[in-house]
Amino acid sequence: MGEDGESPKINHSFLRDYVTEADVISTVEFNQTGDLLATGDKGGRVVIFQRETESKGECEELGESGEYNVYSTFQSHEPDFDYLKSLEIEEKINKIRWLPQQNAAHFLLSTNDKRPEGYNLKDEEGRIKDVSTVTSLRVPVLKPADLMVEVRPRRIFSNGHTYHVNSISVNSDGETYLSADDLRINMWHLDITDRSFNIVDIKPANMEDLTEVITAAEFHPQHCHLFVYSSSKGTLRLCDMRDSALCDRHSKIFEEPEDPGNRSFFSEIISSVSDVKFSHSGRYLLTRDYLTVKVWDLHMDKGPVETYQVHEYLRSRLCSLYENDCIFDKFECVWNSNDSVIMTGAYNSFFRMFDRETGRGVTLEAWRENSKPRAVLRTRRVYTGGRRRRGDVGVDSLDFTKKILHMAWHPAENIIAIAATNNLYIFQDRVKPENQ
Amino acid sequence: MFSKGTKRKFSDGGEDLSEDGLLGARVASSYSLQRQSLLDMSLIKLQLCHMLVEPNLCRSVLIANTVRQIQEEMTHDGSWHVVTEAFCGASHSPSERLVATEVLCRSRETDAEPKLFSVISYEGCHEEEVVADETLCSVSVSGTDSNVCLAGRMGRVWEKRELNGIERGEEALSGDDEEIDNEDEASTEAPKTIGQVFGTFEIKNGSTGPDSALEELFSDVDTSYYDLDTMLTGIQSTPKMGPYDLLDGLAPSHSSPSVVAAPTCRSDLNELDHIMEIIVGS
Repeated sequence: MGEDGESPKINHSFLRDYVTEADVISTVEFNQTGDLLATGDKGGRVVIFQRETESKGECEELGESGEYNVYSTFQSHEPDFDYLKSLEIEEKINKIRWLPQQNAAHFLLSTNDKRPEGYNLKDEEGRIKDVSTVTSLRVPVLKPADLMVEVRPRRIFSNGHTYHVNSISVNSDGETYLSADDLRINMWHLDITDRSFNIVDIKPANMEDLTEVITAAEFHPQHCHLFVYSSSKGTLRLCDMRDSALCDRHSKIFEEPEDPGNRSFFSEIISSVSDVKFSHSGRYLLTRDYLTVKVWDLHMDKGPVETYQVHEYLRSRLCSLYENDCIFDKFECVWNSNDSVIMTGAYNSFFRMFDRETGRGVTLEAWRENSKPRAVLRTRRVYTGGRRRRGDVGVDSLDFTKKILHMAWHPAENIIAIAATNNLYIFQDRVKPENQ
Repeated sequence: MFSKGTKRKFSDGGEDLSEDGLLGARVASSYSLQRQSLLDMSLIKLQLCHMLVEPNLCRSVLIANTVRQIQEEMTHDGSWHVVTEAFCGASHSPSERLVATEVLCRSRETDAEPKLFSVISYEGCHEEEVVADETLCSVSVSGTDSNVCLAGRMGRVWEKRELNGIERGEEALSGDDEEIDNEDEASTEAPKTIGQVFGTFEIKNGSTGPDSALEELFSDVDTSYYDLDTMLTGIQSTPKMGPYDLLDGLAPSHSSPSVVAAPTCRSDLNELDHIMEIIVGS
């Protein structure tokens, strides 16, 4: 009888909000022309978007460019099981990097924790007919047909890594690439899958002496012999492969002296570099640590030339962020096409852009429910004191589960791709007519 | 009849002085409490790192470095012996300390402005201004010498012999050595040394032969565990820590082995049966 009185309210909202872990996007990358955008997810799937190249017509005046639509999707990595250690090897795609396009086919590298794999994408249909070959006039008939994109795994680069791969970087020579795990960096030739050269090894003889790991690595965009890698202690090491075969001794080390006023038990953790990117010019480095993004000049190793606070208001909450592990989140950072703007992610679906010329930063949000498609993004603000404006978000209201970790910037235009959990947001710069 | 209010007994001199002293002592103990909570939290994180969805060597290294830092500061402080007592006698369970952490880390929204206190650094030569709410988050730890000497010790943080080694240098703690020496020596195997924790992040590639594979699988298992004598007479001797008894090290069960040996041993024997089955390849 008591049951009649009870009306168990089943909260269905959790079903709506439930995100399959496998659908969480783990990497985003434009290709060299920006026409293709690849995303990898935790389920080992790669989805490739292609930009529409149809004539814009009346849209051209508004400065709107073509949209990105799904071009191909394939399973890159499968879940694996290490029987010896009884460990599941995650199929999560950690990084995707495109190779410079050499023929009609596109080639990309994708890596999970264990090994990079190379994929060749060939477009089987949809070739644009040369107009001169059309001899008769025919009424075009639309025949629905699936776009056939042939994807063949061309290369599987196995047995290179004992620890979890965190970075891959294609060399400017287009023939080699590096893959980095926590303790080692290997260099591969794209055509050779059974051999790699170890170029950095920081594994100590006794694992108990381990105090520092490699967090990211990248080749210089122009100099094929130079690469940089970052560490969990906040240092950057620039290495020249011409010096020696094993680049354990760096050519240059970049580190910022510690600020004694801000020292705490969490100082080292928040100084750990989560991402490092060369500028397009090759002159600067961009690094992301927990609270800041920094720009370094390759000619100056004493410290960064620019430092931008991403979310300084979190400094007083480091203890709770350590407790819930958020302090270990690895945010990426990107340059825009002419290295004048840098961008990185934060919490609560916020991401930040900094204009290097003015030094000013802006906070934007990648959250569907707060913006309609094609609407101009309004800037957001986290309330940290002073006059509170409408729309300001308090620090305690921030949702730390909504992290913007992965992002990419189009190589030539102001189009950005932001991964927010299982959603991909593509934003583009709306050119105002009066500014043209 | 009723006194208006008892004057503080030690306020002979200026009252301000005693107030500061009291305040300083209170803050210092609050800082120690928070530091202890951080240490406990870090150790538990290290132990449970293998239960993460994504094993993360970087995270473990950073947590281990944090533990080293705390340990170094506590050693300089002279308060490291408190930790050893905790592991030996377990005066209060780790779960209680975890609650304390949660309370400490909760942000207090009602605070209008941060209060400033003085905290005496461990060297005792200068005072630092510290924001009360986030004592742990912005405290100057001065003069961090190279902690090379602690690297080895980190690996055996539960090894009482090693801890004795640290304490021999501390005159003030000599009284504690005896107590620790009298502890049961057999139960000193650390459930997982730091090296073993870092070792679990390796991904094995390719096959190097079935024998070596088995060897690697059981490389971190104490082989003397499978001595027939030990098996048969396990109830009488103190059970050693098996590879699966990760959290037991934090429980008070090992402080009085004669009392709790039987149930611990029985579960160990079940584990042992299971392992033996795998080895024999049933």
